Amino acid sequence: MAGPLEQFEIHSKVPIEVAGYDISITNSAISLAIALVILMVFMLGGMRKAALVPGRWQSSVEMCYEFIAKMLGDTAGHEAHQFFPFVFTLFMFILTANLMGMVPWLHLFTVTSHIAVTFALAFFIFIGVTILGFIKHGIGFLKFFVPGDAPLALLPLLVIIEIVSYLSRPISLSVRLFANMVAGHTMLQVFGGFVVSLAAAGGIFALGSVLPFAFIVALTGLELLVACLQAYVFAVLTCIYLNDALHMH
Amino acid sequence: MTDNKKSSEEMKAELDDLNARLSAAREASKPKVASGYNEATTYGRATRLVAELIAGILVGVLLGWYLDQWLGTKPWLMILLIIIGAAAGILNVMRAAKQMVQGGSYNEEGK
Repeated sequence: MAGPLEQFEIHSKVPIEVAGYDISITNSAISLAIALVILMVFMLGGMRKAALVPGRWQSSVEMCYEFIAKMLGDTAGHEAHQFFPFVFTLFMFILTANLMGMVPWLHLFTVTSHIAVTFALAFFIFIGVTILGFIKHGIGFLKFFVPGDAPLALLPLLVIIEIVSYLSRPISLSVRLFANMVAGHTMLQVFGGFVVSLAAAGGIFALGSVLPFAFIVALTGLELLVACLQAYVFAVLTCIYLNDALHMH
Repeated sequence: MTDNKKSSEEMKAELDDLNARLSAAREASKPKVASGYNEATTYGRATRLVAELIAGILVGVLLGWYLDQWLGTKPWLMILLIIIGAAAGILNVMRAAKQMVQGGSYNEEGK
């Protein structure tokens, strides 16, 4: 019986070493590539005909497009529409990666269950949004860290708090996605373990294994919701940060 | 002439009627929730708030740890920055909650 956290281990599949650095192709890298391929097939395949009256496939692609376009317009305003490709790619990628981990039997590695992946995403959003703020407002973007109606004596402390609060953005963004994925998958594995060990105990205990099994079914539904929801939350927060950089509140 | 005038009045009434029906239809198709920030479920809101709080403290810890290592002031900066981090976390949560109230459906129901 595999431990509940074993599913998150990274194994090297094709060992490569360049100049002392280990850049082996791992199960995580393979999963990332598969997510990319699935995403590209879904998007390009759906838009291949670009019919005026869309079929099922094209419809689902268009639904994703409209969903994100509306969300971006609502949270960050019209101006932010130039960043649509970025937000859309982000959302679709996280959604694909999250849902890939929910496919049973294939044992696809959930890349979003690693803080390295989610933090890389969040960190580049953070850097990009900060640069955008400085391009848009010049040095005036620093006013973002100065609360307007504060007494002068408290100002230095409040500015430090504002800066720490700003720095916490990439952490909260990445930790939320990663923690949700890890918690969900661990819970599924733990209850899976209960089913196996109860069934193996035999007799009256074997009947008891129905309970955790039923729980797994319910949990899988919940995890599907969480997979979609966390991709959405990630995209919404990116939009809010974009909005802050563009309009400074 | 009188005929013409009458028909133009009729036309005006007809147009007004059309206008009223059009605006009613537009009103009906408007989303119920005010545009803006609206997270799908309570679960999403909960995870957002928790992560904001924890991230603030985490940044305080990390920043304090590295500054202490760098400046050799162990453990004072870390203690200070944990407190500041907690304050920043609470500030984050307050902001997030404000956004939720402004953008979510609470706004209309609460009035």
